[in-house]
Amino acid sequence: MRAICSTMYTIPGLQAMTERMDYGEAILSAHRYLLSKYPNVFVIGQGLWSPWYVGSTMKDLDRDFGPERIIDSPISELATTGAAIGASICGYRPIVIHPRMDFMVLAADQMVNQAAKWSHMFGARAHAPVTIRGIINRGGEQGAQHSQALHAWYAHIPGLRVVTPATPRDARDLLIASVLCDDPVLYIDDRWLYHVEEDLPEIEEKDLTREGPLVVREGGDITLVGNGYTTYLCAQAAEELHTQGIECEVVDLRVINPIDYDTIVASVKKTKRLCAVDGGWENCGLAGEIIAGVMERISLSDLASSPTRLTLPSAPSPTSRPLEDAYYIKVEDIVQAVSQKLKVKS
Amino acid sequence: MAESRPLAVSIGDLIDPSNFTHPVDVCDCDTEKLIEQLRMMLLIRYAEEQIGDWVTQDKARCPCHLGIGQEAVAVGVCSVLRSSDRVFGTHRSHSHYLATGGSVEALMAEVLGKVTGCSRGMGGSMHLISEETGFRGSVPIVGATIPLAVGAALAAKMDGNGDIAVAFFGDGAAEEGVLHESLNLAANYTLPVIFVCENNLFASHLHISLRQPAGSVSRYATAHCIRSEMVDGNDIVLVEEAIRREIDGVRSGQGPFFLEAVTYRWRGHVGPREDVDVGVKRNADLKIWKRRDPIRRLAEALEACGALTDSEYERLKAEVRQTIALATQKAEQADYPDARHLLDDVYYSRAASND
Repeated sequence: MRAICSTMYTIPGLQAMTERMDYGEAILSAHRYLLSKYPNVFVIGQGLWSPWYVGSTMKDLDRDFGPERIIDSPISELATTGAAIGASICGYRPIVIHPRMDFMVLAADQMVNQAAKWSHMFGARAHAPVTIRGIINRGGEQGAQHSQALHAWYAHIPGLRVVTPATPRDARDLLIASVLCDDPVLYIDDRWLYHVEEDLPEIEEKDLTREGPLVVREGGDITLVGNGYTTYLCAQAAEELHTQGIECEVVDLRVINPIDYDTIVASVKKTKRLCAVDGGWENCGLAGEIIAGVMERISLSDLASSPTRLTLPSAPSPTSRPLEDAYYIKVEDIVQAVSQKLKVKS
Repeated sequence: MAESRPLAVSIGDLIDPSNFTHPVDVCDCDTEKLIEQLRMMLLIRYAEEQIGDWVTQDKARCPCHLGIGQEAVAVGVCSVLRSSDRVFGTHRSHSHYLATGGSVEALMAEVLGKVTGCSRGMGGSMHLISEETGFRGSVPIVGATIPLAVGAALAAKMDGNGDIAVAFFGDGAAEEGVLHESLNLAANYTLPVIFVCENNLFASHLHISLRQPAGSVSRYATAHCIRSEMVDGNDIVLVEEAIRREIDGVRSGQGPFFLEAVTYRWRGHVGPREDVDVGVKRNADLKIWKRRDPIRRLAEALEACGALTDSEYERLKAEVRQTIALATQKAEQADYPDARHLLDDVYYSRAASND
């Protein structure tokens, strides 16, 4: 199952040549590819037969692959996740879908205590190659229990790989890599990215263990580190800052557990400045982890200024529109933080 | 859809320790097979007694939950299974592991955290595995393997080979929401899974009468339209018969089955002590329950019908003791895991690449 090849695989209904598609369609194409090529892949979760829950990412899969492989489930996050893990222990490559990761908290025992530890606690005599797809679905005045980005929680757990694609290409290829990986993987996609379009090359089967942070924009003045949606924000902020004469290097984390620091450290050594931007909370969060991880690997003389982080305010998501507007990180917040940082220094 | 078998006995009768102390009824049984089952029950008991001694001697440090007194459930159920079936256990699963045919030497080594253990010394008493005999894992989070068994049953259904999954759990797991979710999934998808509740009347130190409004756990099966039966869990013949009656139906796609086997835990929740003074006082009950010993009841029945003489039984016990003594010695002499396992086994993809 781990055979890594970059050969093209033509799927009926899926155009294989370079094609423009959005992030949601890219996820759909990954599902199609996996379900067509690998008979041991199936999908289970709530709302799979309804675009209301999963947007465009599961369109017509039930029609094309049948309800036995696209299983719209009862309202039982814990048992469905456990069942998928049980099937993964027995040779299958299930994808469990949680249309909002707030509800995925109910499945935490199976993710954290079972899947993540199955290899280690049985001395690698067995493993649980399940993919859990947790969707961040915030905004729209949905409030405290419909909006959370809990990726950092899960990235704390050894044994659970956590993937946060920021681009359509990664949304597609890292989902495929997650399912083909021999470890349990939490794959987190973000509804706020579903509209982002990209020209995608042919599908490439990647080895997830070799995937990690990538420089998605080069620059010499400051390193911006993002993941998922905040990479998208960082890229736009970099564009804006470019017009002000500030050149940002943007590093997209892509895989947040385990974290490979080489690319980030090399970038910070070059730019001498670091701003970590994360759509989660500050305390014990991913942005602080990135800063700590980098600081341990560089000397103080490598830095021209102290590192900065941008995170959500330490509060649950509000519902009221003006509060929600104030709550989420926006491009201008990053622009302001960076220009402030460089102004202070210069 | 619900087809609950009329109960031959009531839960009240079953939990009264003064009942069912007679030898089991072995008429019409294959006595050679019963002797092998007796051997397996002895193997489980002596292994657990040795583990208890190790705890007392401070040689075994991991939490060891002993199921002494409950051996008939594991052996009765697993007698009907095949190695391609998928069995999942709990914190108290030495019996389930051994009853599927798991290596006793690998069990003993695992309890001591040795690299020759079934989990290479990475699991201890509470994380046992023997994939080649169908034992797919045991864990101590109460109820956690129940949905795993449901998923293994889903996989078996997709495979289409007639394999089934078995979830062993205790009466305490019935108080976890995940049992309810799992029963619903299994019934909704008509999955080939057998739920085996070992109702030993205790969850840790607390008696079931203080935890649930009714003593029967199989009422949850009825609520989920799952066929169920309640048996004297200290009668291996009845346990096996209950599974044997249902297993073909489960294998052939008729959906799940739920067995409640009422039994009793002789030792405390964890470790070798009897815990007669922890939580609920149970000294008087324990004394009476020991008369319902599943091993004695089978041995006496076999002796009564002439299938096993006194001296044959003594020889059988000596053989099993010898097996345990050898496994004990090998485990004590074995090495601990290499330090590389600490990190290498975290991600299977890395462990596999280092093999």
